[in-house]
Amino acid sequence: MSSAWITTRAWLLMLPLLIVMVAVVGWPMVDTVRLSFTDTRLVGTGGEFVGFANYTKLLTSRAFLGALENTALFAVFSVAAEMTLGVLAALLLDQQFRGRAFVRALMILPWALPTVVNAMLWRLIYNPEYGALNSLLTQLGILSEYRSWLGEPGAALWAIVAADCWKNFPLVALIALAALQAVPRDIKAAAIVDDAGPFARFRFVLWPYLAGPLTIALVLRTIEAFKVFDIIWVMTRGGPVNSTRTLSILVYQEAFSFQRAGSGASLALIVTLIVTVFAAFYIAMMRRSGSRA
Amino acid sequence: MERRSLAASIFVYGAALVMSLVILAPVVWLFLMSISSSADLSARPLHWWPQEIDLSRYGELVSLVSNSAGEAFLASLRNSLFVSGLATCGALLVAIPSAWAVSRTPRVQWSLYGVIATYMLPPVSLAVPLYMGLAHLGLLNTITGLALVYLTILAPFATWLLKTGFDTIPQEIESAAMIDGARLDQTMRLVTLPLAAPVLATTALFAFLLAWDEFFYALLFTADQRAKTVTVAIADLAGGRVSDYGLIATGGILAALPPVLIGLIMQRAVISGLTTGGVKG
Amino acid sequence: MLSRLASTALGAATLAASFSAPAHAETTLRALFMAQAAYSEADVRAMTEGFTNENPDIKVELEFVPYEGLHDKTVLAQGSGGGYDVVLFDVIWPAEYAANNILVDQTDKITDEMKEGVLPGAWTTVNYDGKSYGMPWILDTKYLFYNKEMLEQAGIKAPPKTWEELASQARTIKEKGLLDEPIVWSWAQAEAAVCDYTTILSAYGGAFLNDAGKPVFQTDGGLEALQYMASTMENGITNPNSKEYLEEDVRRVFQNGEAAFALNWTYMYNLANDPEESKVAGKVGVVPAPGHEGTSKVSAVNGSMGLGVTTTSEHPDAAWDYITYMTSQPVQNEYAKLSLPIWKSSYEDPKVTDGQEELVEAAKQSLAAMYPRPTTPRYQELSQALQIAIQSAILDMASPEEALSEAADNSGL
Repeated sequence: MSSAWITTRAWLLMLPLLIVMVAVVGWPMVDTVRLSFTDTRLVGTGGEFVGFANYTKLLTSRAFLGALENTALFAVFSVAAEMTLGVLAALLLDQQFRGRAFVRALMILPWALPTVVNAMLWRLIYNPEYGALNSLLTQLGILSEYRSWLGEPGAALWAIVAADCWKNFPLVALIALAALQAVPRDIKAAAIVDDAGPFARFRFVLWPYLAGPLTIALVLRTIEAFKVFDIIWVMTRGGPVNSTRTLSILVYQEAFSFQRAGSGASLALIVTLIVTVFAAFYIAMMRRSGSRA
Repeated sequence: MERRSLAASIFVYGAALVMSLVILAPVVWLFLMSISSSADLSARPLHWWPQEIDLSRYGELVSLVSNSAGEAFLASLRNSLFVSGLATCGALLVAIPSAWAVSRTPRVQWSLYGVIATYMLPPVSLAVPLYMGLAHLGLLNTITGLALVYLTILAPFATWLLKTGFDTIPQEIESAAMIDGARLDQTMRLVTLPLAAPVLATTALFAFLLAWDEFFYALLFTADQRAKTVTVAIADLAGGRVSDYGLIATGGILAALPPVLIGLIMQRAVISGLTTGGVKG
Repeated sequence: MLSRLASTALGAATLAASFSAPAHAETTLRALFMAQAAYSEADVRAMTEGFTNENPDIKVELEFVPYEGLHDKTVLAQGSGGGYDVVLFDVIWPAEYAANNILVDQTDKITDEMKEGVLPGAWTTVNYDGKSYGMPWILDTKYLFYNKEMLEQAGIKAPPKTWEELASQARTIKEKGLLDEPIVWSWAQAEAAVCDYTTILSAYGGAFLNDAGKPVFQTDGGLEALQYMASTMENGITNPNSKEYLEEDVRRVFQNGEAAFALNWTYMYNLANDPEESKVAGKVGVVPAPGHEGTSKVSAVNGSMGLGVTTTSEHPDAAWDYITYMTSQPVQNEYAKLSLPIWKSSYEDPKVTDGQEELVEAAKQSLAAMYPRPTTPRYQELSQALQIAIQSAILDMASPEEALSEAADNSGL
């Protein structure tokens, strides 16, 4: 078989995938780019070319900066907490103890729970009047009176971060655990014989195995966190006082609630651009692990 | 394995216990809410264990009486099943040939990275043109339309997972079949795919769960019992006129049951999928 | 059958529909409603069934979304070339919908019987710039609900007539130890908070915009209203969770007996009086929202909603027939438990008044006092600016003055 034919055949085999992706993702994307340079309204009039006006207006608006800040806070803290807790959980599950299989199976539970159900579950838990969290904390004597977790601008975002973390740390744990179990036993044992301290053991024995998979998990989680919509939509819709309004929620408001499709499109592209920075990183990672395989 | 000191053992068991509690408590609480009477749910402080068990909400949400809330909820479960199933089949259909092509022809690999890069796009950025396109084709509020959109979320993942699976199958086996005169499709069907069966199962599992989880597109593109999926039904329950938290909790349990059961039963597939880099958000 | 129908306002419309029936044989209408406040989903389905029984050649497909999704779904569908024939719209949207040509102008279709028979306040729901964009359907405003038993225990003889009196009665209840926070409101970052604010603003004689269309809510009555709201929070007579509540949360708290006073829509009356749903059934009192000495006797917000035909509908006549049926007096009188009719004479019909005399009595005063939220095509932005102002003031993040002047700057007007 000639190599030209092999390449052509490969393209032919990929054709269905490429057609679907171009039709359902590529074309709308191009249209979004076009919209972003116009003042098109969702319904009715408008549609004049306005150059970069949408972009310059948005990048200096307080709404954008506020949403960017909320998104960054959400992403940094939820991802950091998920990674830390995930690795700790994996280290624990790497130990031998009775019931280990059971605990590991438990980790599947939050991961498989639909995001919307998770959001709803935590909204019930945080309920200011009948919520389990208030009742638990007051019964334990930690809290003297009930709090409005999702009603206070200082608490709402953190409450959502915690809810997101609960759902996603097991994912990181499972990935990290798989990596840890790939560490040959004799290496682990040798480190103990060498009397290396726990930190040194982690850094020099386990980390080389963890670094790759964890980086991929980190990048993926960060991208997810920057796009966050569902959990916030169900829990607070961006309130109170816009303290949980993230970029995706802002795009939704701009394009649908305020009907500024043009400006909404440019905002969406700004978000895409931010995420692409992580994307480039991710692809570089995958290329590395891909070529290794 | 190494021998642990007593203190270390206590620490390990203690930590495992705490972690199990943290994971289990919210889910158990959701279940308890779904079977507690509304009096128990509005008590202060809460009744952690229901004084009377009330299963009526399950009957309310799973009902075949026409024009009832139960019928609507069942319809949403059915829609989720169909949409996720259809999108998964479609994704495998386009992903298998592409994954094989990429695996065997590294020269075209870059196109796969292009496809995977679409994962970076926030769904809101595509919503308006997609809505217009679906409306134009008459695919709004249809299972097919939604499945088509989901297909584009699932296919890149599926292709990547399958590619890593195909990479582990030695080309020589295929070459041998080809030399014996098998056509490409025969080789795939008789040699490659059976060998890749575990990866295929893992891929299908991830695709299905990913589709089941989707909310944003379903919120915009579906309207009523004909296509509304269970995630939207849950959000409607939580946002609409329901004063009984127990009913919302029941909806949550029912919506979570299929993916959680699948995940638990297919644990091995979940873990192998996660390690290959397919990560469900 | 014909004679019964002919005696009602519905007669003409139904007859017209049956004569013109061949013109839309096997027509399917798609209608968008909300699953919140006012008529329940079951009511809307039953009403619609009544229509399709009379018009077997028309099929009506119903969609229900939460109130928060109603506006967005409508404009999204419209922006993509249509989808719905009939949409439910809030009183605050006709300006925006008219500017974007979403609804069919029905001014010519409004008959004299309709003009005469429907309460004048209801018309403001569908009118903009001298044109009518549909029929009013849900005639609604916020009432002050109170727990009779609690007021009695506190030795309070009559429910409050002014907002100040409400505060002092609440303080009495608090001091007697009956409840820690006697009043509950819907002050989450949502339209509901603006409705409560509008009610109080109208009591204090405030206004949203001046004749030139510039914001004036940051002065006088508008400012006093927010000061009042913030003060009840500060004095601890308002349930602090009000800041994350919507109407359904208010109902839940009130019907669990955890509030002495609540501001909410019509629908709460019969639900809070339903022993299956509520712990305070039989103890629910309802009066118009209070006034303010010197400026008003009662106060009310126009929270009505109307039904309109979209400009993209392919069956505008059938759609209009459906709307006239849904808004007709016999149909509205039949389903008057969760939403009161738009027709003047309905308020004398025992079918409507029986078992809810108190509500009808309050309605007579409140409906006449309904104050509108501003009519501007950019209402959504103004509303969000106000929601932020209200929340910053009640959360004590800014003084009411600062919060409202910032809202005025950010309103886009």
